[in-house]
Amino acid sequence: MTAATIATTETRATIHPRWVRVCHWINALAILVMIGSGWQIYNASPLFDFVFPRQITLGNWLAGALLWHFAAMWILVINGIVYVTLGIVTGRFRRKLFPIRPVEVFADLKAALTFKLAHDDFSRYNAVQKLLYTGVILAGIVIVLSGLSIWKPIQLQELTALFGGYDAARYVHFFAMVAIVGFLVVHVALALIVPKSLRAMIIGR
Amino acid sequence: MRQRKIIPGVDPKLLIKDAAKLMPDASRRSFLRGAASLGALTFLTGCDIIDGETAEGVLRKISEFNDGAQAALFSPTKLAPTYPESAITRPFPFNGYYDEDEAPVVDGKTYKLEIAGLVENKKPWTLDELYALPEVSQITRHVCVEGWSAIGSWQGATLSEFLKRIGADTRAKYVWFQCAEGYSNTIDMPTALHPQTQMTFKFANQILPRAYGFPMKIRMPTKLGFKNPKYVVAMEVTNTDKGGYWEDKGYNWFSGL
Repeated sequence: MTAATIATTETRATIHPRWVRVCHWINALAILVMIGSGWQIYNASPLFDFVFPRQITLGNWLAGALLWHFAAMWILVINGIVYVTLGIVTGRFRRKLFPIRPVEVFADLKAALTFKLAHDDFSRYNAVQKLLYTGVILAGIVIVLSGLSIWKPIQLQELTALFGGYDAARYVHFFAMVAIVGFLVVHVALALIVPKSLRAMIIGR
Repeated sequence: MRQRKIIPGVDPKLLIKDAAKLMPDASRRSFLRGAASLGALTFLTGCDIIDGETAEGVLRKISEFNDGAQAALFSPTKLAPTYPESAITRPFPFNGYYDEDEAPVVDGKTYKLEIAGLVENKKPWTLDELYALPEVSQITRHVCVEGWSAIGSWQGATLSEFLKRIGADTRAKYVWFQCAEGYSNTIDMPTALHPQTQMTFKFANQILPRAYGFPMKIRMPTKLGFKNPKYVVAMEVTNTDKGGYWEDKGYNWFSGL
């Protein structure tokens, strides 16, 4: 590597500031624990006609899974509050995620599916990314609030009522998980297809 | 694990029989091992943090921290929502770590509720004396730690009134309940004094059937189902946390709703 290329690399603008990267990886860890233990908790009283294979769950039995779930929830929630607060205060959400125009979403989705989507500028999100990242932040907020409704249906009964009661809140919690897992599948697949994006989330550039 | 005194005349087989569906593995410790998502976690962190006793110790410490958080969140006056009779789940599910036909059989004629600990009057109570206490009724939601819920109708005496009657020191931290089959529970005093915490003698206005805990259940709508003991034969007001059947196996101690 020549001196010139080092200089270029160093002066290149940071795509993801440090706080985004730290929050991202803490969240990644917390969400894996929440999903793995959540699946085991689901298996104790399934809402649908299936259970999650035990090999992909965490905690080994209900009590173990609950210990994991209610430990990781603190990390998830505290990290989530820091992330959303900084996202709003620094203006990053406004700059990066908005506006989301339906016309652009369709155009970028079509380009993506035909492998014609440009990846030359990582500092700007395309419309599909904007939609998905905004969506997963909202799903995160819903999963935390519905989770609180299930955990504390008496102390937080007003919140539980907002979700249509205890039993309904369990379904909301489940489908918020489905949305997040669906996002994760696409998100991880795309990060692996475009490794530079993964690098940007690790070293910032 | 704490050792429990076994009540004479109770089949000890029941005491060691665990619910297979709740506890799939013989080894309690093994609940911390194995699983693909766990593998992913190890991969991500680059080290095996989930190895044995350290992880279990940390998780239990956090669970104790959660006890404190829940106690702080608990309102002594906030009532559980109540429901109309039409909302009652029928048939109301039987639930225990044994089959229904293995549930304890308590003889109501010879039954006496033993009172111990920080109380002025430790005289045991017969069923007739307990039935003579002023009756209250509630139709509330029973929420199981497994996730399912069911609405039931329970009648009996308010526990806080009873504690007053026996001269209990309500500044004590805990109330401990012992059940006929060896099951036990320790609860926090604020929950014991909650207006909806009930010494239950009836389900849907009928004397409690065996399946639902004859002769006495402690109904606490503010706690998960397993913290609502059935077949209660003794209670103790105490400053010592004496644990409980499921709590000792790893379920959260406070388990408030």
